[in-house]
Amino acid sequence: MTAKPGHNSFDPAESRKRCMGYRKRILDISQNVSALHAAGAFSCMELTDTCYYGLMRPDGQDTFLMSKGHGCMAQYVILEDRGVLDRKHLDAYCTPHGILGAHPDYGNPGIEASTGSLGHGMAMAVGMAVAERNKAGGSPDAGAVYCVLSDGEVQEGSTWEAFMMASTLGLTNLVALIDNNDFQSLGRTSETHPSFYPLDEKLKAFGWETTVVNGHDAEAVYNAVASRNGGKPFCLIGRTTKGKGVSYMENVPIWHYRSPNPEEYKQALAELKEIAS
Amino acid sequence: MRNTFAEVLYGLAKDDPRIHIVVADISPAGSMGKFREEFPERFINVGVAEQAMIGICAGLALKGMRPFAYTIATFSLYRPFEMVRDDLGYQNLPVTVVGIGGGVIYSTLGGTHYAQEDIAIAGAIPNMSIIAPCDPVEATEATKWLVNRDSGGPVYFRFGKAGEPTLTGPDSDPWEFGKLRYLRKGEDVAVLSYGVITKMAAEVADALTEDGHSVSLAVCHTLKPLDTDGIADLLRRHKRVIVVEEHAPQGGLAPQTKQIAWDIRAECDLHTFTLKDAFVHCYGSHEDILAAHGLSTDRILAVVRA
Repeated sequence: MTAKPGHNSFDPAESRKRCMGYRKRILDISQNVSALHAAGAFSCMELTDTCYYGLMRPDGQDTFLMSKGHGCMAQYVILEDRGVLDRKHLDAYCTPHGILGAHPDYGNPGIEASTGSLGHGMAMAVGMAVAERNKAGGSPDAGAVYCVLSDGEVQEGSTWEAFMMASTLGLTNLVALIDNNDFQSLGRTSETHPSFYPLDEKLKAFGWETTVVNGHDAEAVYNAVASRNGGKPFCLIGRTTKGKGVSYMENVPIWHYRSPNPEEYKQALAELKEIAS
Repeated sequence: MRNTFAEVLYGLAKDDPRIHIVVADISPAGSMGKFREEFPERFINVGVAEQAMIGICAGLALKGMRPFAYTIATFSLYRPFEMVRDDLGYQNLPVTVVGIGGGVIYSTLGGTHYAQEDIAIAGAIPNMSIIAPCDPVEATEATKWLVNRDSGGPVYFRFGKAGEPTLTGPDSDPWEFGKLRYLRKGEDVAVLSYGVITKMAAEVADALTEDGHSVSLAVCHTLKPLDTDGIADLLRRHKRVIVVEEHAPQGGLAPQTKQIAWDIRAECDLHTFTLKDAFVHCYGSHEDILAAHGLSTDRILAVVRA
């Protein structure tokens, strides 16, 4: 059975507002530290927001797993907004008196798994989905697992091992969302590794139901997942832009890690606006 | 030992829905087959995909299950090493990584199938415990403990294949996690070992007993956390201590026993016998490969009698 999302009233306009605020909050935090993965977080902002505010049921039975650990700022600011993390936690990001680092650490509030090394999240998500299914004893209400992956980590063989097992095990309570920004440290994936594509056909061949949407269009993301056929694990491939929302960060590899200087920060704030679908 | 483990796990699984077994394309012999038939939703065969095996176990444990990853030692520990370290060690999850055929047991299969440095590798991971039973009695007790413990992180569970003799006798100490265990107690010489090669250690102990010595035979089934106090006590109470270990010279029981001996200024003679720091290109019985590494009852006796 396929777990249905819990928010029938997911409001894309509210999501756009939230995501603009989250990007601003991430830029604010960036001014306290020499480096944070802003561009990777901006890339998966809408995917992550849609999971928390649209897809996951409000009573806590569903799980969010940030497999692309370097995107965790997107998760942190949402967890702060939802009261799971405190403001003081984010203000102390990457400092000895805080608890949050540049990758999610299991045991911190709201963090379901430690990630950061790429290619680990998908198999853990498979294990979680099996556990939820077994705990529910076959009930369609089994907890669902939403796993956000980078496209880079889909190059890991371990991710494909897990993809194969997810469909083999018939995990209908598993949703993967691939943040397909087509960028990695050494350039554009479509140029450096053209045979990485087509991605959706590879996943289909591995027994998944897939769809490709604009990953910055929360409404499209929500609708694609909510209206899936079911009966298989589902993978949403979100076409995204690394650094989305700040012109000088978009598709420029150095912003994978670098923090903006005060001048760049000002420019970024001036540019931020709601991202129209 | 392999069958004992499966039988115990099968028995416990009836009343404990947390138990899951995740195997990597290894034949479900004996009770493992019964587990698979009776609890198909809790038996996962990932195929030849060991990284997924460990990651899936981590995910199961993150949701409250007690998973056992189960395959040949080189493939349960070495191939998915980073998953063992990050997913299990870093997250401190109660997953048991079963390594079948630790050491050089797969004696006709060559170096690709020898886990001869597994204790050093697993032991270097924070939060990781290591258990290596010497006989079916220890395998039974350890398996029960692995399922029933209230807390704790990952365990590397090294054992043999099949057909290991029972070395535990009526006077042997009970099995307790983290505690050195005397199979028999003497006052003069102590032979210290663990795992499948304890059979050879027992033969050494028998021969030295026949020589007229009062001989202890002790097993250090828990390699991590090591029973430092128990080993220190053993070093203090015997004039001569002989460590017999099926493991590389680095990072196993032998060098750690030497370290304890130094720390306590032990006065006993201390002989250590380990595998060589080498890949031996030789095929035959388990005993043949051990002999190629310089490990045989005769050689050990020749050294300690000299």
